[in-house]
Amino acid sequence: MRLVLNQRTLDEFSWVDFTIGVLRVVIIALILIGSFNTLSSGRFTSDQWVSLVISGLAQGSIYALIALGYTLVYGILLMINFAHGEVFMSGAFTAVFLAQAFDRSGFLNSAPLLAIPVLIVFAALVSMTVAILLERIAYRPLRNAPRLVPLITAIGASFFLQYTFRGFYGSSFQAYPTVDILRGSFPVGSVNVPISQVVVFSAALLLMFCLYWLVERTKIGKAMRAVSENKEVSALMGVDIDRIIVFTFAIGGALAGAAGVINGLYRPQGVNFFMGFVPGIKAFTAAVLGGIGNIPGAMLGGLFLGVIEAIGPNLVLAGLGIPGANQLKDVIAFTMLVLVLIFRPQGILGERLAEKKA
Amino acid sequence: MTMQLNWRFLIRAGLIAGAATLYVSAIGMLESFSGREVIRETVTLGQLMLVAASAAAGYFAANRLSDTRNPIAQLASGLLVGFISSIPLLALILVNSQIELRGVLVNITRNLIQILTLSQENQLSGSLLLTLSLGVAGAFGAGLALIPRRIRRAVLIGLAVTVGVGTLGELVQQLLRQVIDRDVLRAIFIRNSLSPQAALVLFVVTAVLTFGLSWSTEERTLRSRVAALPPDQRRYVRAGGVSLLAVLLLALPWLVGTATSDVLTDVGLYILMGLGLNIAVGLAGLLDLGYVTNFAVGAYVMGVLTSTGPLGFEAKTGIAIFNFWLVLPISLLIAMFTGFILALPVLRMRGDYLAIATLGFGEIIRLLAISDWLKPLIGGAQGVLFIPKPQFLGVTLLPQPEIYPLVLNDPQQLYYVILAACLFAIFVSTRLNNSRIGRQWMAVREDEDVAAAMGINTAKSKLLAFTLSAATGGLAGGIFASKLGTIFPNSFSLLVSINVLSLIIIGGMGSVPGIVIGAFVLIGLPELLREFDQYRLLLYGALLIVMMLSRPEGLWPSAVHRREMHSAEDEAGTVPESPRDATVVVTGD
Repeated sequence: MRLVLNQRTLDEFSWVDFTIGVLRVVIIALILIGSFNTLSSGRFTSDQWVSLVISGLAQGSIYALIALGYTLVYGILLMINFAHGEVFMSGAFTAVFLAQAFDRSGFLNSAPLLAIPVLIVFAALVSMTVAILLERIAYRPLRNAPRLVPLITAIGASFFLQYTFRGFYGSSFQAYPTVDILRGSFPVGSVNVPISQVVVFSAALLLMFCLYWLVERTKIGKAMRAVSENKEVSALMGVDIDRIIVFTFAIGGALAGAAGVINGLYRPQGVNFFMGFVPGIKAFTAAVLGGIGNIPGAMLGGLFLGVIEAIGPNLVLAGLGIPGANQLKDVIAFTMLVLVLIFRPQGILGERLAEKKA
Repeated sequence: MTMQLNWRFLIRAGLIAGAATLYVSAIGMLESFSGREVIRETVTLGQLMLVAASAAAGYFAANRLSDTRNPIAQLASGLLVGFISSIPLLALILVNSQIELRGVLVNITRNLIQILTLSQENQLSGSLLLTLSLGVAGAFGAGLALIPRRIRRAVLIGLAVTVGVGTLGELVQQLLRQVIDRDVLRAIFIRNSLSPQAALVLFVVTAVLTFGLSWSTEERTLRSRVAALPPDQRRYVRAGGVSLLAVLLLALPWLVGTATSDVLTDVGLYILMGLGLNIAVGLAGLLDLGYVTNFAVGAYVMGVLTSTGPLGFEAKTGIAIFNFWLVLPISLLIAMFTGFILALPVLRMRGDYLAIATLGFGEIIRLLAISDWLKPLIGGAQGVLFIPKPQFLGVTLLPQPEIYPLVLNDPQQLYYVILAACLFAIFVSTRLNNSRIGRQWMAVREDEDVAAAMGINTAKSKLLAFTLSAATGGLAGGIFASKLGTIFPNSFSLLVSINVLSLIIIGGMGSVPGIVIGAFVLIGLPELLREFDQYRLLLYGALLIVMMLSRPEGLWPSAVHRREMHSAEDEAGTVPESPRDATVVVTGD
């Protein structure tokens, strides 16, 4: 009924439809022209495209890990945890010091198979703590507040966390040490695949699989699904809602922290207090892309966004004759975000968003 | 049994207070605030910060026991809370003496440890002294809870005024220099902080005054007294108030000096933007996180059209027709147009998605401005240079060369341009607030579906809100470009949007005086207190959270908003009680 009502009011103002229609046509035309120009110019070989896609998948799997945190929280509380990027940052930024200490003592390179999991667990614990504190202090009292109130709180929390960690660790950039076994690459057919990308991708997949198992096969996962379906009824069935919500934040936080270290292994540079913002937004894009609240959707959305971001500038923008196309990588991601929100807010796999609007 | 429960509370309150103090130490706030003396060679802002949390915890602990009517138990619990609150700090001192924390936590410096151990040579005696002083602070807080409300209020206001004057010594001196003899001033202030005698006098005078006034104004506030006057006298009072305000506003830049006038112009720009964003956020309920877009468009229009550099319109076409006054309305109109265009595709979005999409717009604009692609047009990362200052009587039509235009290049003169713009914007906002379209926006904010059912064209009114809201952003951007003379893409980051949003929310959504106050507090204060500056966003973040948790309607809310926020709470109020009880069980595990 709600939808019908909206439709009628908007019909009176067909400008909106008109603009959206024009926008759709223009964007599709731009993408087609750009791709056609690039492909017909033969600027890149097919091997180059393949390696771009592979690096996009690696980057995308990191987005997917962060996106899971957004999706889990949204699935249960219907709120956008805007500070989730900062949860990611807290783990990555804290663990970088442990990683540097491991590197100095030689532990990182002598036993990388032990050191890296330790780092991941450490970062996951830090991020989990931050996420739990965030929920406890900032979000819990607002559970029944008007819908923009928690979002504003989350924005506040985001800046609070950024500048807190700047206060703790300073504003200079840190870098993860490079691990010897992650250097180099191995050939697959005619394409050289860097080992780090394979490791990142498989580590992320492993974590996602664990999450999927947790949600689908365990008792607490069942409780999570129940709470996301209907809070009141699941409370009547004996589910402790608060515990489930804390647990959800903890899981999302842990995944984000793990993503922080995995990201550090893949892109060692640029660790500082602001590092969570852009990945946070991109992961949110990924979550919406896949249908927010939908766990496999977030994974798919992340991978999809990673690939688009890797090939988009070279395929579309370079084809349109825009100089410095790779500078505009983030523009692609943000444009993607806006376009998804305009054209398909329910995402690729999402279906239940429209009903859950309220 | 009450004793047992009380212990748990004491430990919890003490540890929370200690953790808070530990936190401000670890982020370096304590150390940098220690650089600012409130009372010359006696009290620094850092020391006040060190004891503040413990005193507050002591106050709460004593308040909790208030029904026992046992002052000794109350004072003792305050003292205990103070002692307990030193535990986290003692742990920090201990750990730091074993491991050098500085390598990771950059702000745990030797200087900080010095401050924590109250400058004692021996860390052990220093730690003891710290524990003792925090205990005393806790007992002081408890003492505050014991004394009658009227006295407490007088003491607190006296303290606040003394600390405020001491902290803002520089500004206060600048103001007083106009009225007070220089030698007297030198006795009150030593450099920029209060002298101990002056501080004592100031404290006693304000406390006694507050106490005295608290008897006379108990029932009758100023407003009610004015309302009680006969109508013609009321008109005089109002006219007097308005003319007093006008004189004050006109004289302000000359009273406070050049440096503070510069701060005032910044505040003015943010008031302009706040008033604009308020239309979207406060009135129509559209959370716009990309407000910087309008600011950037205004600034770039001004920059590109008036610049005398190679990017300017003049250099490209050889036509020199544009000056500040001509371009200002163009900035405004183009910003409105951009606002309109960007609003069209997002009209159908729900509240939180709209916020994220507008955030995306803001970032896209900045990234485009920085990119090589648009570099030939707007200068890429190098920005636009050589933007002339506004000229008053700029176009001299008369051929006499001796009539030089007055260039408004110092902040005291620019202030008047901004003041005029602000007054105009305030006038328009107030009119909009009370207009038919203003009520439409509020209806859309409350419930879009119901508003549509009432016959409001929601799409049109949202579009209008976005377009009008962009106007003052463009205006502020234009003035900003001309004020700085150069613009860089990095001036137009998300932080601008967040600043504007914070000042609206903290001042009070939908309320014009709230926005003015918010701009002064959030933009003006950090500029005056350099130590604040690096913690500005930290404090904004904290303030946003605290405001949303405790006072979502803002410091100076509009009547409608206050009603609405509280009715929403009342409806929800019955529900959260039981889950909140349940959470105690969870965290206790």
